[in-house]
Amino acid sequence: MADNPQVPGAQQRPLSPHLTIYRWPVTMMTSITHRATGIALSVGMVILAWWLVSISNGPEGFESFHAVVDTPLGLLVLFAITWSLAFHFCNGIRHLAWDLGYGFSKEASRQGSILVIALSVILAVAIFACVWTGHGGYLR
Amino acid sequence: MNTPLQRVQGLGASHSGTGHFWRQRVTAVALVPLSLWFLYVAIGLAGTTEVSALVFFAHPWNAILMAAFVIIALYHAALGLQVVIDDYIHTAGSKIFFFLMVRFAVIATGSTCIFALLRIAAQ
Repeated sequence: MADNPQVPGAQQRPLSPHLTIYRWPVTMMTSITHRATGIALSVGMVILAWWLVSISNGPEGFESFHAVVDTPLGLLVLFAITWSLAFHFCNGIRHLAWDLGYGFSKEASRQGSILVIALSVILAVAIFACVWTGHGGYLR
Repeated sequence: MNTPLQRVQGLGASHSGTGHFWRQRVTAVALVPLSLWFLYVAIGLAGTTEVSALVFFAHPWNAILMAAFVIIALYHAALGLQVVIDDYIHTAGSKIFFFLMVRFAVIATGSTCIFALLRIAAQ
């Protein structure tokens, strides 16, 4: 909302981007999600630091890390960060494509958004399924 | 109303030109292969003991790649968080406060990771 500079006292009218008025297009969803997942991944970096320190701390340190991460809440956070990485990775490649001038049409950006959402969910589930079905741990 | 010097420097209202934009892109491109490598490591070490992780990160290449991933990811994070602060915080004082918080947090996290990697290498 802002004053109309041309007509003093004129009716106040809403300004773009009309967040509360229009139904959210999927491109708006992916745009804000890119930002949210970026913030989540910044927090994830702190967990990564904690993991590396726990490794350097020997068996007790490593166990204390896993005592927290192997709980339902810990695994939920880990899954959220895994999905965030998958989403930010896929959508980040979309951003790089835009920087090169590709994918700007209305239809392409809509399809790209849907593709990125689907791909990120599939990737995150696949990563967890891979570990849970015993296909992880190959660096033993 | 630019002075000739400002025009020559071409830095505009941000005082840093396109430097921020460009660094965000360079780190993003570097993070494409590095995140794939990180994922390979995270899945590969999932469900193993700390001995497997110690042996893995004791190898110089793995430690160097992990350090590169951490430093570049944190740099990319600092640039991204700066944009978030720029967009949502509108008073100069708070803005500087949050910028400093982000930078301190990023340096603290990064040095912790590097310290842990060095400690593993020394074992």
